[in-house]
Amino acid sequence: MKIVVIGATSGIAEHCCRLWAAEDAADFVLMARDPAKLEKIAADLKVRGARSISLAGPEFFDPAVIKSFADATVAAGPVDLVLIAHGWLSDQQSCQDDLALCRESLEVNAVSPVLFAEAFAAHFARTNRGTIGIIGSVAGDRGRKANYTYGACKGLVGRYAEGMQHRFAGSGVKIVLIKPGPTDTPMTASQKARGVRLAPVAQVARETVNGIRRGRPMVYTPPIWWPIMLIVRHIPRFVFNRLSI
Amino acid sequence: MRPVSSWGRLEAPPHDIVELTDRDTVAASLARGPGIAYGMGRSYGDACLNPGGVLWRTAGLDRLISFDPASGRLVCEAGVVLRDIQKLMIPRGWSLPVVPGTQFVTVGGAIANDVHGKNHHVVGSFGEHVRRLQLVRSDGETIDCGPDRRPDLFAATVAGLGLTGLIVEVELQLRASTGPWLEAETVSFGGLADFFALSHESEASFGLASDRSEAGWEHTVSWIDCTSGSDPRGLFMRARPVAGRTGKPWRERSRRVPFTPPMSMVNRLSLKPFNALYHALGRRRTGVQVVHYEPFLYPLDSVLEWNRLYGPMGFFQYQSVVPRAAGLEATRDMLDAIARSGEGSFLAVLKTFGERPPAGLLSFPREGVTLALDFRHSRVLPQLFTRLDDIVRAAGGRLYPAKDARMPRALYEATYPNLPAFAAHRDPGMSSGMSRRLMGS
Repeated sequence: MKIVVIGATSGIAEHCCRLWAAEDAADFVLMARDPAKLEKIAADLKVRGARSISLAGPEFFDPAVIKSFADATVAAGPVDLVLIAHGWLSDQQSCQDDLALCRESLEVNAVSPVLFAEAFAAHFARTNRGTIGIIGSVAGDRGRKANYTYGACKGLVGRYAEGMQHRFAGSGVKIVLIKPGPTDTPMTASQKARGVRLAPVAQVARETVNGIRRGRPMVYTPPIWWPIMLIVRHIPRFVFNRLSI
Repeated sequence: MRPVSSWGRLEAPPHDIVELTDRDTVAASLARGPGIAYGMGRSYGDACLNPGGVLWRTAGLDRLISFDPASGRLVCEAGVVLRDIQKLMIPRGWSLPVVPGTQFVTVGGAIANDVHGKNHHVVGSFGEHVRRLQLVRSDGETIDCGPDRRPDLFAATVAGLGLTGLIVEVELQLRASTGPWLEAETVSFGGLADFFALSHESEASFGLASDRSEAGWEHTVSWIDCTSGSDPRGLFMRARPVAGRTGKPWRERSRRVPFTPPMSMVNRLSLKPFNALYHALGRRRTGVQVVHYEPFLYPLDSVLEWNRLYGPMGFFQYQSVVPRAAGLEATRDMLDAIARSGEGSFLAVLKTFGERPPAGLLSFPREGVTLALDFRHSRVLPQLFTRLDDIVRAAGGRLYPAKDARMPRALYEATYPNLPAFAAHRDPGMSSGMSRRLMGS
């Protein structure tokens, strides 16, 4: 099994890779921003059973480079799975105060992930096989004052995945949208310091890997977030706007 | 600041938690001390706490670095949990030589407490299998040490309660494994003399001088019914690896104690029936059978957060070791004192330790017999503990710091004679509730 992971140093992605290494002896192509951290993760996956690992230099924004990365990766051998996991929990107040930061959040969390998805989808469409897993978030289910920049990004990713699911309906290509709740990873260190309850990353990774294996269109993890977000999405606006959630 | 408690749940003081996620940046984080490393929080008292101060959480330092399948040498970060190593390595023919009664501890914690397992008479304690470790000191210095490199600092770090610096990276020698299956036997016994005879019969062939023979049992441990008086009945459980035979397929199934009951479920009313029931169930299992290593070696791991059963006040553990020569008498005296106090213990465990040189300056295991007891919070405990302390001290024994939350400093100083030698290796930037209680700083 050949797996491409974008944002491989993200906590959820790293723990998913551990499962794929141990259980599937997978071949990996990993991309991440921090090369030193990526080296450590690659060594870890090797010990855990990965068959081969190649590291890709980071490029998250240039559409031409993203396309040629996808082309070259597929040309080197068929890809079974792409996990798109990079992201950055931008601070809402800072995004409101600094439009450059707001734009950066939109590019990192929304534009970049869909470009990767589209680049690989082109190849999967041709061979009629392959799975694309995209890490969305429960934050994308409804805009909230506490984090709507990040939430809107994840919402865009979710809507994009929905469109691709429609496009590939009935084909061999699967698009899996994962919506984790707040998870205990380095990304959420600031939430943790405020005492937010976080799900263990190993559990979120386990459920993500299972969901991808079954090709489920949408995975809420931990599963309790499905009913919670069902309610949150349906609270009438006149009530919702009075709530401080 | 967030509340953190250890496994005994006696208190939950606020801590300033610093998450360590990258081994290359640990040195910078240590400048925020003094503090202490916190792994899985499985020590029972204040060894892993630093009330009001910094805790360096090592859960994010959980990467494996290299493994040589020919020699069984594993290099990993200190926050790796023992269970991960077992799950990965046993199918490849290697296992950790020493694992305590729970797999949910980190490699760093296993070294800092120099933990022992049910096979102490065969392989000794965890520290004996560490080939090298990398220590980051609070002044920013990174030091590699091991049995053959800075052996003095290494001996201080093994069982050093995290006080010589933060362990970041470890090289372990794994042990060849025949797989996950054990041939296990439960033997019911009627008194302490029987226990010692069974221990001798099971373990004698592993003595230093003699060869290992088929007759030996690698893992031995006993549960005793501490409500049955000073010469208690009990269950002697022993096991050894078995190749080529498999038992009932083991499906990992863990339940969780869902909430903390308003009072301890282990109390005067429940203690007798609990013990009687456990004894009766154990007796039905007597005889030899092939079992998976997980339920045998870590019976409590299948009930997550079992420590909640002791209610909101938490509980104490009291684990002592006394020389074997004094073992029978001291154990009888301790059980007698417990019976007279009206309190009792459910998880009362008795085990003999082999005769091996200690791995660390402050290692707990020594030749003799160790008794582990649990007590719910109650008014009579201080008095009972003082009585037990006297028995242990008179017998030439000592207490296990990883389980301790209340040992008097005088007892610690009297029973750990290497303390002055240890003090020279301390890192002034490392301090825990326990170090202030037992060492003054």
